[in-house]
Amino acid sequence: MIVRISNEGQYRLDDGHHHRLDELDDAVVAAVEADDEDAYHAAFEELLHFVRTEGEPLDADDLEPSEYILPPADLTFVEAGEEFNGEGLIPDPAPPSAA
Amino acid sequence: MPGMTGRMSTVIKSKISRLLDKAEDPGETLDYSYQKQLESLQNVKKGIADVVTAKKRLQMQSQKLEQSVVKLDTQARQALAAGNEELARTALERKNVAQTELQGLDQQVAELEGQQQRLTDSEQKLRQKIDAFRTKKEVIKAQYSAAEAQVRISEAATGVGEQMADVGLAMQRAQDKTEQMRARADAVSELEAAGTFDDLTALGPGQDDIDRQLAQLSSSSEVDDELAKMKAELGSGDAGPSKQLGEGGQA
Repeated sequence: MIVRISNEGQYRLDDGHHHRLDELDDAVVAAVEADDEDAYHAAFEELLHFVRTEGEPLDADDLEPSEYILPPADLTFVEAGEEFNGEGLIPDPAPPSAA
Repeated sequence: MPGMTGRMSTVIKSKISRLLDKAEDPGETLDYSYQKQLESLQNVKKGIADVVTAKKRLQMQSQKLEQSVVKLDTQARQALAAGNEELARTALERKNVAQTELQGLDQQVAELEGQQQRLTDSEQKLRQKIDAFRTKKEVIKAQYSAAEAQVRISEAATGVGEQMADVGLAMQRAQDKTEQMRARADAVSELEAAGTFDDLTALGPGQDDIDRQLAQLSSSSEVDDELAKMKAELGSGDAGPSKQLGEGGQA
């Protein structure tokens, strides 16, 4: 499977890592929901480290889409919170709200 | 293995997909898709240029502030040597404000530097993917029927599109940062306009507005400490009550 770390690059990981990735990803979300900034940084770092060390970087001219997309490494705790509660890092398509 | 990815990735991925849907229809003809990709690349280049411009502006402002810090420090010493403690205090208060602003600017310049680097890297990758797409589309056109080619090129276009969305994301973050910096730069400009970093010898009466700002912005204990240090260095006990420096400004 292919995993992208935003603003960094794509990595090819063995499909067997799927479960571990899910666990690490859930730990990040849990830390954000628990409003625990230290835990968030630790969990997010661990997730990125896992992808970087277990994965093989894809060439820049590779055209394959990713199965898994992670936010950029410099995602702040506040941004992570917005990601799950508000518009977040990538704004939702323009809402039909009254202006 | 759909549905198995973690929650965070799912949120990000679905948003990227929606961005892609908006950005282009992979079903468009190959050449049109390639044309759109080139346009995106142009936009990224323009975005990088904007970031560089904003950074340069702040760097210039930072240099000016550095000069103000040196100047105000010198003036504080001169005032103290001349026995005008009040003027020395004012100079140190202003130096304090200038230093605080300087730290903020330098930090933001460094952050923007990082954003610029990441954007440039992303642009490089996007360019390589677009080149690869061009090569691949010619091969696909030659080898497959129109229907098959459309499917295969859609896959390739999604790969490029994802990279494009990623650069878009980096752009957005850099622009947010640039906006913050612009606000900071404007704040410094306002302080400059209010005369906060002006030559003290030119300071006349009726500067209440500045004084009020200074009172809010500067930490008086830091100023006290620095004043005491300066006094110790100068051995101020012997200094006469001369006020030449202050008088110079009244003219």
